[in-house]
This record gives sequence, C-alpha cells and structure tokens, in this order.
Amino acid sequence: MSAVDRRIIGIETEFGVNATFREGPRLAPEEVARYLFRKVVAWGRSSNVFLSNGSRLYLDVGSHPEYATAECVDLLDVLAHDKAGELIVQDLADDAEQRLAEEGMDATIYVLKNNVDSRGNSYGSHENYLIRRDGRLERVTDTLVPFLVTRQLVSGAGRLHVVGERATYLVSQRADHMWEGLSSATTRSRPIINTRDEPHADPERYRRLHVIVGDSTMSQTTTLLRIGTTDLVLRMLEAGTIVPDLALANPVQAIRDVSRDPTGRRPLARQRGGTITALDMQRELLELASRYAAGAGIADTAPYDQVLELWDRTLHAIDTDNLALVDTEVEWVMKKSLLDSYADRHGLAPHDERLQQLDLAWHDVHPRRGLVPILQRAGRARTLVDDARVARAMHEPPQTRARLRGDFVRAAQEHRRDFTCDWVHLKLNDAASRTVVCKDPFVSVDARVEELIASIRAGSAPHTERPGSVG
Amino acid sequence: MSEQQKFTSRRDDAAPEPEPAVPPAAPQAQHAERDAALDSLLDEIDGVLETNAQEFVHNFVQKGGQ
Repeated sequence: MSAVDRRIIGIETEFGVNATFREGPRLAPEEVARYLFRKVVAWGRSSNVFLSNGSRLYLDVGSHPEYATAECVDLLDVLAHDKAGELIVQDLADDAEQRLAEEGMDATIYVLKNNVDSRGNSYGSHENYLIRRDGRLERVTDTLVPFLVTRQLVSGAGRLHVVGERATYLVSQRADHMWEGLSSATTRSRPIINTRDEPHADPERYRRLHVIVGDSTMSQTTTLLRIGTTDLVLRMLEAGTIVPDLALANPVQAIRDVSRDPTGRRPLARQRGGTITALDMQRELLELASRYAAGAGIADTAPYDQVLELWDRTLHAIDTDNLALVDTEVEWVMKKSLLDSYADRHGLAPHDERLQQLDLAWHDVHPRRGLVPILQRAGRARTLVDDARVARAMHEPPQTRARLRGDFVRAAQEHRRDFTCDWVHLKLNDAASRTVVCKDPFVSVDARVEELIASIRAGSAPHTERPGSVG
Repeated sequence: MSEQQKFTSRRDDAAPEPEPAVPPAAPQAQHAERDAALDSLLDEIDGVLETNAQEFVHNFVQKGGQ
C-alpha cells in the first residue's frame, strides 16, 4: 500500500426493529427501541455512547438503533467492524428480550439491517470517505453522482416491492427514496451525496464525503464491492485521471429506473444529450479504474484485486444474463435467487406475504436465525472476514485514531471514571483534566492520550467489567 | 453451536450418496444433489421464520430515520 495514500472510511447504519409479542401487552416500536437501549444507558448513562472498539452507538431520531463504525483504513476492517456492529445491536436485542420477559412480556425482537419498512419509511446506511480538500468538490461529484446512480448493479441489496397485488423486484432498497443529487440536508431532501462539511479532521486538509445513497448490505462481498469500487473511483479522481463527462440529465429519475432494470440495459438520458445504459456507465468506470489501479501499482494488491475482479465479473454476469456467476456474492442476485426458489417450492404468487417476510428476514442480523448467516453455513454466501475477526472487532479498535478513543473509553470504564468523548475530543469529567484534541484520524499513537490513560490507571484500581457488557 | 451441527448433519442426511454404478458426473445425479441441498436449505429457513407472515410484515413500521 506504500504506493497509495491511506483513506479513512466508515459506515453508519440505522437498523429497523420489529417485535412479535406472544404474551403481555404489545409495545410500540419506539418503546421496544427504548428497551434495547436500557443496557446502553446503564453502561454509559446515555443513549449515545462511544465503545471500546472506537465506534459510536446511539438511538437515532425515529427510534432507530444506529451504529457508526470507527475510522478504518483497511477495507476488510470496514467489513469486520460493520459486522461487529450487527452483533453489538443483536446483543442489545437479546438483553431487551430478557428484560421484557422479566416484566411478563414474551416477545421476540428482530433487528433488521435493511432500509425500508412495510409502509415505505426509509432509513439509511451512510458511507464516509475522507478526501483531500485540494481541488474543487465538483471535480469529484460530477463523476461520483452518475457512478453512485448506477453502482446499485453491483452493490444493491434488492427489494421485493409490493403494491396491492403488483410485485416488482428492485435492485436497490434506497433508490426510490433519494430526492436530490447533492445537498447539505439529509432528512428532508435525501440527497445521493450529502455535502455537509464535517471532516472530524483538519478542515484545511480534508473533507468528509458523506454518501447516503447506499443500501445496507448483509453480504460481505457486496459490502466490499460497495466501498471498494467507490474508493477506487475516488482515488482515480483524486489522482487527476481525465474522466469523460458522464453526467445524467436527471439522476433522481435515473436511479429509480436503474433499480427497476436488473438487466442494466435501459437507456438513461445524459446531460450532454444522448443516452447511456447503467451497464455501459459501470463498464466505462471499471475500465478507467482498472487502468488507474494498474498505473498506481495496486491492481494486484489485496483487496483491490478482489474488488476489480468481482466488479468485472458482476458486470459480465449481468451483460450475459448469467447471474449464477455471482449468486453467492452480489446481494440483490443472492436474494432474488432465494425468493425465486422459495416461491417455487411453496407455489407462492410474487406478492405473497411470505415472500415479503422472507425479504425482511434476509436482513435479520441474528447469527443463527438470519438468512444470510444460514446461507453462509450452506456455502451460498461468500465471506471475506471470519467470525474470529468480527468477534475481535466488537472490542478492539482499528489502528487509527479509533485506537486512542477505544483505549481511553476502556480505561475510563474499567476505573469508573466519568468521561466525555466524541470523534475528535477526549476528556475526563473533573476540573483538573484538560480536553485532548485528536485532529489527525490516521494517528493511532499519541503521548497525550497515553498520559491521560496512565492518569486514569494511577487513580484507582480497575473494576472488572460485567460479563456481556456493551463496551 | 449445537444447532449449527444439527443443521449440518441434516444436510448430510439429505444429500444422496451417488450409487457406485452411476458415473459421478451424470447430470441427473448432480441435479438431484443440488435439489436436495436446496430443499434442506429451504427447510431450515422455514424453521426460523415466524409462522404468521402477515403479522410480521404488517407490524414492521418504523419512523423515518437520519
């Protein structure tokens, strides 16, 4: 990787929560979410906490549990920390079920990592990419928007969309819920790229590209494609690669059209006139990215070799109508294949509620009950990071600034010290302590933080953590 | 883990052993093996889904996020 700059990447996921009650009163989803966070509040005295793995866990507007991975530089670390987030939130659900049982409610709580509920409310999965500030932002976004409009062909999670008795299989969960190309707002206008400029780093050097168009992905290989292709396109643009004008006349319409066309062949109107298909757009960007990667010496470097190979194979599979080539690796293809088999076996109409249930259960993060873990055990969902690495990521921060934060949080928790922290600041809540500002997200060793942690350890003997504690 | 083992053994039970007389590459045998594996997978999935699909789907209503 010496030939290439490192990049900070992270994913924020809003989870859906469903619950079935067999006994006792039924609770509204907001109340279930509050039960989910009782353990967090008991641990951190707040429903908005940073954990020892450097991540942030909080109860978002709309009562969604939200997990933001720590700052990662290794793409496979992003995968591990994204999966760790699923297990951490599942752990909250297990705890909440127990609390409900103690109060006489026999309930099963489902944590669903998808992006749409049964009434069409949408919640997101936001990718963050740290980019250099030099140059105009438009140089990046002019190409990135059309890339993201068509990226769903390789990174969509798929969705069975049912209106009355009409069922449509969509490539993307999120496409129908995007309303603008670029904007600084998120809730009201839902842009593809959010331009709100909070780098959590030196603002003179960096900006944070906040991509909110992506589907939450269960498949590890699809998550790799999602962040890996985007990272490569960004690298290529940052390196000054000349890219032809790919701008679309109406990105918001185009993203819906692409989602409704699993063949990738529907013509999309270009801003400069004429049309281009999603498949051709992705092909062109893949070729440019491959050439860039070869020139930069990373085409054969893991995991970029895998990203390029799988990107190419997916486009080839769509182009040749041979989706079986990627049916253990690309999520919308995997899910479609399962829905088809299931409908076939039970003789179900395309809009049947059992298929809609299957679509939701696909996103169940439960390690035994979730459909993707079941497919993994049957060899039908390829993985890239093993269970041990994911388990480690639940407690160990990646080797970035997250390590400073994670070590600080762990020490403060073990010694029962009140503290305040965010992505950049660390502070013990007592009059004598100063705030430590960690501006550089790449720096994982800092004498000031070591001193701060030493002062915590010198202050009192550690308390052992409760088993199964959040942190 | 015991459940995982159970699932695995069930899959093994369901996979037919190819008869020694039948060439292993025979397309029909391959098909049968694939179908048996898929059947066992769909069985496992049926075993983890809530029985009332309608209730599960209709109850899943969230407030908008972000």
